[in-house]
Amino acid sequence: MILVNKKMARKVSTWILDGNHAAAQGVKLSRVQVIAAYPITPQSPVTETLSEFVERGELDAQYIAVESEHSALAVCTSASMVGARTFTATSSHGLAYMHEMLHWAAGARLPVVLACVNRAIGAPWNVLNDQQDSISQRDTGWIQIYARNNQEIIDSIIQAYKIAESVYVPVMVCYDGYVLSHTEMPVDVPAQEDVDRFLPPYKPHTILDPANPKNYNLVTLANPRVNAEGVLCHGYMELRYLLQEALQNSRETIIRVGREFGELFGRSYASMFWEDRLDDADIVIVAMGSLAMEAIVAADMLREAGYKVGVLGLRVFRPFPKADVAKALKKSRLVVIFDKNISYGLEGATCSEIKSALYGSSVRAVIRNFIVGLGGRDVKARELVDAVNKSLLSVKEGDLNKEYPEWICDI
Amino acid sequence: MGTRNCQHICGESSPAVGEAGKTGEWRDSFPVIDQEECLPVRQNKPTCFLCWLYCPDAVISKTIPIQINMEYCKGCGICAQVCPAHAITMVNEEEFCPNETD
Amino acid sequence: MKTNAVNMTEKEYLLPGNRTCPGCALSLAYRHILKALEGQVIVTVPASCLTVLHGMYPVTSVTVPCVNTPFASTAASATGLVAGLKALGKEGVTVLAIAGDGGTHDIGIQALSAAAERQNDFLYICYDNEGYMNTGNQRSGSTPLGAISGTTPILGKQQNQKDITAIMEAHGIPYVATANASYPLDLYEKVRKARMIRGARFIHVFTPCSPGWSFPFSDTIKIGKLAVETGWVILYEVEDGIFRLTSASASIAKRDNLRPLREYLMEQGRFKNITEEQINELQGWVNTRWKRCLDRAVNL
Repeated sequence: MILVNKKMARKVSTWILDGNHAAAQGVKLSRVQVIAAYPITPQSPVTETLSEFVERGELDAQYIAVESEHSALAVCTSASMVGARTFTATSSHGLAYMHEMLHWAAGARLPVVLACVNRAIGAPWNVLNDQQDSISQRDTGWIQIYARNNQEIIDSIIQAYKIAESVYVPVMVCYDGYVLSHTEMPVDVPAQEDVDRFLPPYKPHTILDPANPKNYNLVTLANPRVNAEGVLCHGYMELRYLLQEALQNSRETIIRVGREFGELFGRSYASMFWEDRLDDADIVIVAMGSLAMEAIVAADMLREAGYKVGVLGLRVFRPFPKADVAKALKKSRLVVIFDKNISYGLEGATCSEIKSALYGSSVRAVIRNFIVGLGGRDVKARELVDAVNKSLLSVKEGDLNKEYPEWICDI
Repeated sequence: MGTRNCQHICGESSPAVGEAGKTGEWRDSFPVIDQEECLPVRQNKPTCFLCWLYCPDAVISKTIPIQINMEYCKGCGICAQVCPAHAITMVNEEEFCPNETD
Repeated sequence: MKTNAVNMTEKEYLLPGNRTCPGCALSLAYRHILKALEGQVIVTVPASCLTVLHGMYPVTSVTVPCVNTPFASTAASATGLVAGLKALGKEGVTVLAIAGDGGTHDIGIQALSAAAERQNDFLYICYDNEGYMNTGNQRSGSTPLGAISGTTPILGKQQNQKDITAIMEAHGIPYVATANASYPLDLYEKVRKARMIRGARFIHVFTPCSPGWSFPFSDTIKIGKLAVETGWVILYEVEDGIFRLTSASASIAKRDNLRPLREYLMEQGRFKNITEEQINELQGWVNTRWKRCLDRAVNL
């Protein structure tokens, strides 16, 4: 590898890793100090690999064999309060089981990092991939980042700690179960000394010291209350306002960290989403996670047929990059959004959010939403192409919007 | 005026007396110690102090004579109940007229 | 030298003016627990009366560090505190998980059982007012047979309580004990002892609740004592499997003067509808447990 910049990482080794092992390597390189992760398909290899690192002495961390996902995140939040760097991983029902704690970690402003290996939620049982699990948690106040491939998994976990510990908001790194978690691909694994340069130690904002006693996250009233020194302190709403403010402002930190990562490791993440041929596209495909790579193949096929198609691969889902999206879709007249999730009773989550980004902008594109890939249903590039063609036909009808999404399935 | 002066980003509480206000205002009766019966006073040495031990609100001092912080005493009456010398009586607040002189 | 009211430290970690009811046994128990730990503690507490005792943001009524945690997670939170302290190489502080019976017997039992099995190094104290008192006295796994509660308002509870201390003893942890706010010196000594032991430790503290059980708040200590004098509460400790009766329970055993349970039940409004059959059942349960304790105690 030719280094153009002395600051850049000196050592690079390329390994063949599946997504779970890439995630585990990211955790190890980030020198995580407390790990509590309950096994669940398809995440289990993550927690197994981490326990192996700890037992072999390769990672100096406290590994807690918790008895549930709720406890996993409870262990992480309290360890984070003390000042330790923490990690947990889960999927599907496990993420749902810790839902209460997701709210808690965000409200407590703790920089926990969680890897969500995206898997469908029952009923009925399904262990295969879709994004309903992490999408269902988008209201909890976590930063959510989606990886398209295994390189992005390891890179995102390392960046997640820098982001989380700068803005004091927990970060969820999501990647598709089986499609990425169990599929091997070449991954450049950074060297420990370079990650150490990139990631400073965690400085907690919480003090747990008998010499200076504080009580964290007590009952908080609706209205502001004066403290013993006469300072008007926040009410519940003001504390929650601060969380929203932190998420809104985190965009700057996410981009800065992504740029710094690029300067050191040669792979830049200085953008809220991945753009493929958007410059001249009037048809844009929107997708998130591994589906965003499939979308690029579909865009190739459509380009061959003469259409100007680009792909907007969503990366940061929370905070949702409204302004960036509106700008990127400026030239579009058709936006086809593929969702591996659905907010039942309405439509795919990314579709609603894209619409929210476009409302009030100058963009007057037709929007079509397709629900795909639920419960591990394979999504072929050909099917994405067909969906775009179908959407093009319907553009003639003139409806900017349809009431409900279409599904690509065998009903 | 808003709460921006408050530097907290999460609910961080600091210790202070009277978190619930002047809890002495809750009571409808208050403890009166008969110093002639109180054992530490009679013997003029540290002894007994069961009222201090059993006070749920830590408003009784381990001094001779015993002192009770009336700003915060909730009037529960436990001290009166546990005193082995029956030196403490609970007196109804209505009967107590601070402006009367003997 | 054994601690008594005269030689016990005057330093307090509970500040006057907290939100607990007048005569709150929990407030009394917590006062002595913190004294026994000399304030060298990080407390973690779930939703409970104790949360209210701690106060409302931005003011707290205790001078020890505390982490609030959701209802089911007390023991997991404590595990996290211990893990974090170990990872950072910080020593000399006891991690104290303290929850009510609701947060221990019911919603919190899974996390507690797991922490005991993992042998996590913290002290878990359950303060037991035999119901979800913070939310208005709904029945819990610790509510006795025949007791009226918010969710057993007419017929009274149809099942007796679970014996949480026996459950915790079955985990094979190095120290389990029962205690009672009405015997603060016994509680104090047990906490002091537990502080020095490594591994998972469990203390079950009986804390009568005046509004929940319907008795005058000045009677809190009396009710707690009656519970021991009738055998409803047995004061004991099991240290590395060795069973000892302590305090008033040891005296009662030696004098063989356990009083009829009825004398305890009748003092409380929550038992106003209890049937003779239920009283007999409870008396039988008390008798069986008492005999088992007498057989096991090494110090009689």
